[in-house]
Parts: sequence; C-alpha cells; structure tokens
Amino acid sequence: MDDHDILNPRVDRRGMLTRCAGWAGTAALYTVSGGIVSSMGLDAALAGTPRPGRTKPFTFLQISDTHIGFDKAANPDARGTAIKAVERIRALPVKPDLILHTGDITHLSKDEQFDDAKQILSDLGAPIFFVPGEHDFLDEGQGKAYLAHHGQGTLGSGWQSFDHDGVHFVGLNNVAALKPGGMAHLGDDQLAWLAKDLAPLSASTPIVVFGHIPLWTVYEAWGWGTDDSAQALALLARFGSVTVLNGHIHQIISKVEGNVTFHSARSTAYPQPAPGAAPSPGPLKVPTEQLPSMLGIRSALFRRGSDPIALIEQTLA
Amino acid sequence: MTLFSRALLLALLAAPSVTLAASQVAAAVPAKQQSVAIKMFAFTPQVLVVAPGTTVTWTNADEDPHTVTANDKSFHSAAMDEDEKYSFTFTKPGEYAYFCSLHPHMTGKVIVKG
Repeated sequence: MDDHDILNPRVDRRGMLTRCAGWAGTAALYTVSGGIVSSMGLDAALAGTPRPGRTKPFTFLQISDTHIGFDKAANPDARGTAIKAVERIRALPVKPDLILHTGDITHLSKDEQFDDAKQILSDLGAPIFFVPGEHDFLDEGQGKAYLAHHGQGTLGSGWQSFDHDGVHFVGLNNVAALKPGGMAHLGDDQLAWLAKDLAPLSASTPIVVFGHIPLWTVYEAWGWGTDDSAQALALLARFGSVTVLNGHIHQIISKVEGNVTFHSARSTAYPQPAPGAAPSPGPLKVPTEQLPSMLGIRSALFRRGSDPIALIEQTLA
Repeated sequence: MTLFSRALLLALLAAPSVTLAASQVAAAVPAKQQSVAIKMFAFTPQVLVVAPGTTVTWTNADEDPHTVTANDKSFHSAAMDEDEKYSFTFTKPGEYAYFCSLHPHMTGKVIVKG
C-alpha cells in the first residue's frame, strides 16, 4: 500500500492507510476518479444501489509476472509465491467473474514452465485470459511456445477481445518483434485489428485493455513504454471509460489521462526498482521478510454507470 | 654493468624481434578473442572495434535474460540466462549494430576493421 500512486501527489497516504486498515488488513479498495483516489470497503461497494436498468456489479482479477522458473536471489521460490497468490484468489470473499494474466507467465518460455504455470493457475473458479510478456516470447520460435500453450482463441501474435456483462475487454501483445533502440511495440497489424474491433462499439461501452508492458511511457530510459501506443490510445479516445491494466514493471503505478486510467500491477515473483531509483531495472533484492509485502494481486470492481472501475490491491504479506 | 641492466639492455635490443614473433604467433592462431559484458541492462563496451577473424563473446551478468540480436538479423543468440555466453566470429570488415530483442533499448555495435 505504501507505494500506491507514486505519480499522483494528491494522494493522502496517511488518510488512505487509516481507511485501508478498516478492511481486511492486507487489502484495500480504491476508486479512482479524475485522479483523486479514495477507498471504501468491498462489501459497501457491492451493496451500493445499482442504477435502474443496470446489471449487478461484478469483479475481475488481475495477476501478473508470475515468472515461473525464476529461482534467483530476489526470490529463490517464485513458484511458491505464485501458489500463495493462487491461494489468495481462491480465498477471495467475492469470486471474480474472470481473471486476466498480464504476462511473464514464465521466466524463460520453456515448455515445462508453461505446463507448471498452467497447473498452478488451474481450478481458480473463473476463466483466465492471458497476454504474453517478453519472458514468454524468448524461445527460438519467438512466441511459438507461448502460442502453443495460450494461443487458442487469439489472433496474430496472441491478441484478443471479448465481452463480459457489457464491458469490452481487449488483450494486446506488445512484446513481439521489438525494434532496435525502441520500447514495446504493437505493430501495424495489431493496430489495424484494434481499429476494426472497436469500430462497432458505442462510445458508452466501458473498455478494459490489458497488456504486458505499459501503454504509457513510465520511464523511457528503461524501455518502460510502448512506441506506438499513441495510435492505440487515439482509437480509444472516443470512449467514456477506458481502463488500461499492465504488468512488466512489478510495482503499482497509476496515471489518469482524460477518460483513460492506466494501472501497472505488482508481480507475484519479485519487485523491481522505482523508475530511475537504481542504475538499471531488473530483479530487486529486498530483505526476505519484506518480500511478501512487495508482491500481490489485484481485484477490480466494475459497477454500471459513471463510476470508474475500482481496484483492490492485495499483497502476499 | 650489473647482470640485471645487461639483461634489460638485451631485452630492449631484442624488442623488435619479440614483437615480430608475437604478431607471427597471432597470425598463426586465428582465434582472436574479445569480450563484451552484459550487465545492468547495458552492453559494455557499447562499441567494440576488432580485427577480421575475431571471435566476440558476450556474457550475461544480469539475473534477467538478454539476447544479442543483429539489427539485420545476420547473427543472433538464444536468450541467455545469468552467466550464459554467446560467441560470434566476425570475418568481414564492416559495422554490425545489434540489440537485445527482449529489452530493445539495449543497443551495441561491433566495428570490424581490416
């Protein structure tokens, strides 16, 4: 909780911590509206009166950067912490309707790592949708292994969209065919598909975009951004509510830009330094007892109407 | 003249032939070696100048995997985990720009000069 909204100086951390303390100890629910973050209990949020003619609220879950196969100093047991995250998901008081995995499922794209991840992430009581991280695309076939395991029902290098309860979800792959000197990349084919995919939707359709590397430039010197994200964001500009969820940077950072809110998530494997806080990105070794508080999962609560999607951050502490 | 200074004088006088011998040895053994470290998400040295026939070995010192991928794809490594190596022998003069295909902001260059 201590690192929430690093980019938002208006967050009252003391007040937030006080409010969070009243709910479930390690978890809190945030609503983000116009850059102002507030929190409330999940029960209260779910009990909120639905607007007439609207469907009931639902939750979905984001898990990211499980890095199955990672066993180095920053976390010698990334498998164990992934299992711990899964136990947290199973214990959630409100079952999520669906789960998004925002990439780096595996550490080295090995078949046995994909298989192990599949087993760990099974029986979650909800369908799980994946997008690849660069760690899932580093086999000799440059994504062949990922697509063999998770390509079913996806297009191109693994992009996809689906609708759930009036919300349009779009999963993007920005880790394929990266260009020298650049950052992440969507590519013309995927952008053309995105334009077609969004075209029939009314501007009032809530959109959730999920991808691995941030779709806004968090820190260019470390490649924490997407070269051609402006083209994707231009296609999303006409929608009233757009929530962009990503992984890759292993920490919570949020940004609000017009009707688009961006949120990067914690990893279940290891933390990384804050942008520019170290000579380079990469696994950050912290004292063993501190590690669980820097790992986590995220629930998202969607309520019909003008309310933004509320996020519930839960650490593994 | 002491024994030591006599030896030094002899060594100095012999220096040109020693150099000649060394270059003959180098020519006889074509395996010239150079190395590039991959550390903290950077290639060091970023620009490496070598003679034709030099084998360059990259070693990844990071906990994160990296690749060495020529911009024109003329050579490329598999993903290298920590402490893994990749070698490529440059035979033709020219400039060879490369990057890490996982972290494309990491770039480097090998210049082969005849």
